[in-house]
Amino acid sequence: MGTTEEKNLTVEVLLVEDNPGDVRLMQEVFGKTNARVRIHVASDGVEAMAFLRQWGDYAACPRPDLILLDLNLPKMDGREVLALIKEDAGLKSIPTVVLTISDAKADIKKSYQLAANCYLTKPVQLDEFERLVTSINDFWLTKVKLPQRAQGDHA
Amino acid sequence: MSTRKATSMDVLLVEDSAGDVRLTQEAFRNSNLNIRFHVAVDGTEAMAFLSRTGAYADAPRPDLILLDLNLPKMDGREVLARIKANDSLKLIPTVILTTSDAEDDIIFSYQLQANCYLTKPVHLDAFDGLVKSISEFWLNTVKLPQQSHFRKS
Repeated sequence: MGTTEEKNLTVEVLLVEDNPGDVRLMQEVFGKTNARVRIHVASDGVEAMAFLRQWGDYAACPRPDLILLDLNLPKMDGREVLALIKEDAGLKSIPTVVLTISDAKADIKKSYQLAANCYLTKPVQLDEFERLVTSINDFWLTKVKLPQRAQGDHA
Repeated sequence: MSTRKATSMDVLLVEDSAGDVRLTQEAFRNSNLNIRFHVAVDGTEAMAFLSRTGAYADAPRPDLILLDLNLPKMDGREVLARIKANDSLKLIPTVILTTSDAEDDIIFSYQLQANCYLTKPVHLDAFDGLVKSISEFWLNTVKLPQQSHFRKS
């Protein structure tokens, strides 16, 4: 039996982020560092849940291998998205990395309580932000064993 | 970026293989961070440490747990389930580090809310490199839930 890497050549990453500058930066860094990554963007919490539940226009969307989730989002807050992911038996196994400007202790604690897989704060400096995205790629997409995608995902 | 280097971090390694304990400790020691290492050699000891019972009454609350799956007395899967079912302990990032590559173990661990799942490489230098990445990512990059004792940079 082949490994995950052999079977799924692409790695699907769902980026839930409303700031276009941050989206572009992350797309650029992933584009440079990992040719296997396919980035999908949801710009608010409602869109993120529609994507994950493959509703409506998202019916053909792949199940992500990794979710990068901002906390402060329009329409549905990132904390609410995290809670919905982690109480859904079908979605809870998808590693969900909180990536936010919030440094508030309450947000960090609440995120771990809701079973975020890890919590990272966005650095203000561009080069530090790039380094952080590179380390997310290095750790989560090259070292960690991710759960295999559900059967029937042929996207 | 962070000033965590000034403060000590407590890492609980739950591992029954003496060789892997030594390798892991050595790799962490070279990481430049001030780490206090604690070892539990089976699942029962790990739970005693975490719940501060018996000889572990004064045990510190770990900042990070590295958990093997195949352990004597109480299995690592059971330890993980207990950690993540406890309102206080569930906040501690728990990293699975095991030889098992079985898809069932991977999915089951994530369902039990393991924070991440890593397999032990067979080769020494790869093992060393992996432990260094764990240390760099979890102790120097991630925001951990208890940071009140860390000074802000």
